[in-house]
Amino acid sequence: MRWLVQLRMRIRMLFERGKAGAQLDDELRFHLERQIAENVAAGMSAEEARFAALRAFGNPALLREQARATWSWTWLELLLHDVRYGVRTLGRTPGFAIVAILVMALGIGANVALFTVVRGVLLKPLPFAEPDRLVALYEHSADDQYPYNVIAPGVFAEWRRQNRSFSDLALFGDAEFSLSGASGQLPEKVRGASCTWNLLSTLGVQPALGRDFTAADDRHSANATVLMSWGLWKRRFAGNPAILNQFIHLDGQSYTVIGILPAGFAYPDAATQLWTPVYHYEPAAYMEHIENHQFQAVGRLKPGVTAAQGVADLSVITRRLRDQHPENPFVSKAANMRPLLEDMVGDIERPLLVLLAATGCVLLIACLNVANLLVARAAARRKELAIRMAMGGGRLRLLRERLMESLLLSAAGGTMGLLLAYGAVRWLVSTRQGMSRVEAISIDGAVAAFTVALIALCALFAGLISSLSAKGNQLLLSLQDSARGTSTGRAHTALRRSLLAAEVGLTVVLLISAGLLLKSYQRLRSSDLGCITQNVLTMRIGLPGARYKTPGPAPVNFFETLLGRVRALPGVEAAGIVEAVPGQGYWQDEGFSVVEHPPLPQGTAQYAIFRWADPGYFAAMGIPLLRGQTFDPNRKLDRANQAIVTAAFAKQYFPNEDPLGKHLKDENEDREIVGIVGDTRYSLAENPQPIQYYPLYAGKENSGTLVIRSSRDVEALAMPVQRILQEIDRDLPVSDVLTMDQLLGKSTQDESFNATLLATFAALSLLLAAAGLFGVLSYIVEQRTGEIGIRIALGARREQVLRQMLLDGLRPALFGLVFGLAASVGAARLIRSMLYGTRPLDPAVFAAVAATLLLVAAVACLIPAWRASRLDPIQALRME
Amino acid sequence: MGKPNDLVQGTLDLLILKTVSLGAMHGWAIAKRIQQISAEVLQVQQGSLYPALHRLEQQGWIAAQWAESETGRQAKFYSLTAAGHGQLEKETVQWNRLSAAIDLIVSEA
Repeated sequence: MRWLVQLRMRIRMLFERGKAGAQLDDELRFHLERQIAENVAAGMSAEEARFAALRAFGNPALLREQARATWSWTWLELLLHDVRYGVRTLGRTPGFAIVAILVMALGIGANVALFTVVRGVLLKPLPFAEPDRLVALYEHSADDQYPYNVIAPGVFAEWRRQNRSFSDLALFGDAEFSLSGASGQLPEKVRGASCTWNLLSTLGVQPALGRDFTAADDRHSANATVLMSWGLWKRRFAGNPAILNQFIHLDGQSYTVIGILPAGFAYPDAATQLWTPVYHYEPAAYMEHIENHQFQAVGRLKPGVTAAQGVADLSVITRRLRDQHPENPFVSKAANMRPLLEDMVGDIERPLLVLLAATGCVLLIACLNVANLLVARAAARRKELAIRMAMGGGRLRLLRERLMESLLLSAAGGTMGLLLAYGAVRWLVSTRQGMSRVEAISIDGAVAAFTVALIALCALFAGLISSLSAKGNQLLLSLQDSARGTSTGRAHTALRRSLLAAEVGLTVVLLISAGLLLKSYQRLRSSDLGCITQNVLTMRIGLPGARYKTPGPAPVNFFETLLGRVRALPGVEAAGIVEAVPGQGYWQDEGFSVVEHPPLPQGTAQYAIFRWADPGYFAAMGIPLLRGQTFDPNRKLDRANQAIVTAAFAKQYFPNEDPLGKHLKDENEDREIVGIVGDTRYSLAENPQPIQYYPLYAGKENSGTLVIRSSRDVEALAMPVQRILQEIDRDLPVSDVLTMDQLLGKSTQDESFNATLLATFAALSLLLAAAGLFGVLSYIVEQRTGEIGIRIALGARREQVLRQMLLDGLRPALFGLVFGLAASVGAARLIRSMLYGTRPLDPAVFAAVAATLLLVAAVACLIPAWRASRLDPIQALRME
Repeated sequence: MGKPNDLVQGTLDLLILKTVSLGAMHGWAIAKRIQQISAEVLQVQQGSLYPALHRLEQQGWIAAQWAESETGRQAKFYSLTAAGHGQLEKETVQWNRLSAAIDLIVSEA
């Protein structure tokens, strides 16, 4: 029964609190009245009786508080009271509140956004069964040049057959399909993968619809089958399940759609939309090569087997193969592996963590700034607080109020920040579709929890720092020195100055990191590719192998017709076709020997990047022909046995002789070197490598990049060229229609993204630090108005006052700068691997940052200092 | 002004419960009664009385009712609840045990 009474009591205390309060007052008043009455009865005068009763009674306010403290819900009441009080005090200075909330919103928003990305990409486990047992496998090349080289299919077959450490091993390679249009749709290029039948089962994934591959599908004689991604199925086939067991046409061949993968499945990457069995897709002989490195593999370790044991097992098998083929220098000598998650996101881990660290700095600066503002307010309210304390305001209560104020600020800021983060994450996901695991990024419960924790942390940090300055024991002092405006609050300004120095220091670190990345990006973009990049349009063309057999005349005829018609278009200055343009990537290399040279020692090899190119390509891209001539356009198919090499190639392989007229020999063919062309870079970040060009008109390649150069707006040519392609072959999709500038921009997207983002954060910090400097000096000037007035009245020169105030304001900036420069040395080391052509301790960047910071600090301090020097002494003194 | 004998921590609750068990009473009367019965030895401070009354009320040991006092003014009268009776018995037993134990030690010495 007691609980019922208590419950009734609790409900009453919750809903009839006001009435209970009035009753308490009444009860206490009654007590007092009785005491007075008794005192009167005892013979005291009315006034005496009253005083005696009051004395015995004690502090009625305190008594009331103590009685109320026993009530239930008191914590809630106090909280509400604090909130109300906090809102009211903040509302009295809306400017301050808005600035502080915005600062917090930016800081928290940036952190939440970055945390969301880091969590999705780096922290969430891969969406596969027992992902800890999955490893990405590589070969370790015999010449130690490529410790993580891609895999030859023949080697993989041996691994699969002989290993005892893996419960499953799966192989996969890139494939690009042209998906023919049905019912009036345009043909389309789709990225895909050719994989062994067990790829999905190795990962532990089931198709969402239909069935997985079986071993029977993964043979050259099997019917063509394909699995489709959820996204492609939804987009292209309207999510219609009737597509199952129907045919689609890839590269002009019929494939049966046997299954749809679950939404969110993205392996090897998010761009892969189709999967087909590799032993069916590739010629049988091709899959037996042990030196042709074209594939990647993933393995599932048996329970209890470590990755090191697994890789040792595979290495033994690889070594045995190498020993069996001592004459072949391209057979690897060992295996290698990486945990699957690291393999997928390893290259973006550091940039992401650097950005996260940067946002952490921004938040810290934001907190310091808000703390700084709170300290300033506390200073302005010293008198009020001192009076409250003198009247018995609990110290804890005052601290709680301070914390509540900063909690309100950071909660409002955090809520706004979460919205900002939501927008930022959506923007990021849509602009960075190519990023690994971008599909795993989402704002969820953990992110919300992180936001709440961040809000609490910021509130505590800013609140406690500002409370530190409100030393209660100086109560009398405060009351005294507020009475006359002497130079007050030394302790306050000292704290604010150290906060400022910390802020400036962090800003310097951010500025220098951003400066280094920007410089590196600039270097990257201005590195000489070796060809014309202005007004050049590129597009990828892939001819379906079924109708354009290689080797054969069909692709040659197609390319010749195409080039002839494109070159005739008005506005086209030149056009050519090459396997891959400079900046488009490494693509592939090929081993060769020089017929005129003595044979290489057994087991050693020479190899260089090679490209198929048409005779007009070099002229079209402005790659200079240094000596000799280009391919003879009249030599086709078997007669097209010529080669062109680059200057770097000539220098490396023909150091003291004339390469012209010599012959390069690969497995099948001798080719005479007829020309030497200028060097080009396959990637902006890499130095020029030796390249060998083979004639496209040999008819051995049926895909490539078409390049078109124009004297004016080259993008306008995209449509007419695509129309020509459609006229020649209706079923031919074109992809990656990009100008050279766009192509290079895309290839340096990561660098540009990182540098831009970091620069934004740095600029933000600089702004915050400048605002901090301005605020503190303004405050100091205001505090010292009387003193300055007296000085001026006594004859101090205004320049003198200006100089002194300026120095006063700049001192924390100088401290911060020194501290920041020292810290930057460490930070620059951390981002060293992200830099291209820029030293971590680049003096120009350091100097520029120091100069910028000093300039900004000086400007921020100049206004209050100037105001101080313009003080009218009479007015300043009258203000007292 | 020295403090009058501070009540042993926790005994105030017992005193209040016992006092109120004799009939409904308002705060002033409770303080007065304790003082009188203890022959002016125990002085209940208002600073402890009212928080204690409110705490006991919150806990459901005593209930309050507004009624006309002897002066004709409305006052808050406290009385023991059923649960309060049980609590009073429990606390009395405890007190007896404790004081007997203390008595033993003091007289032994």
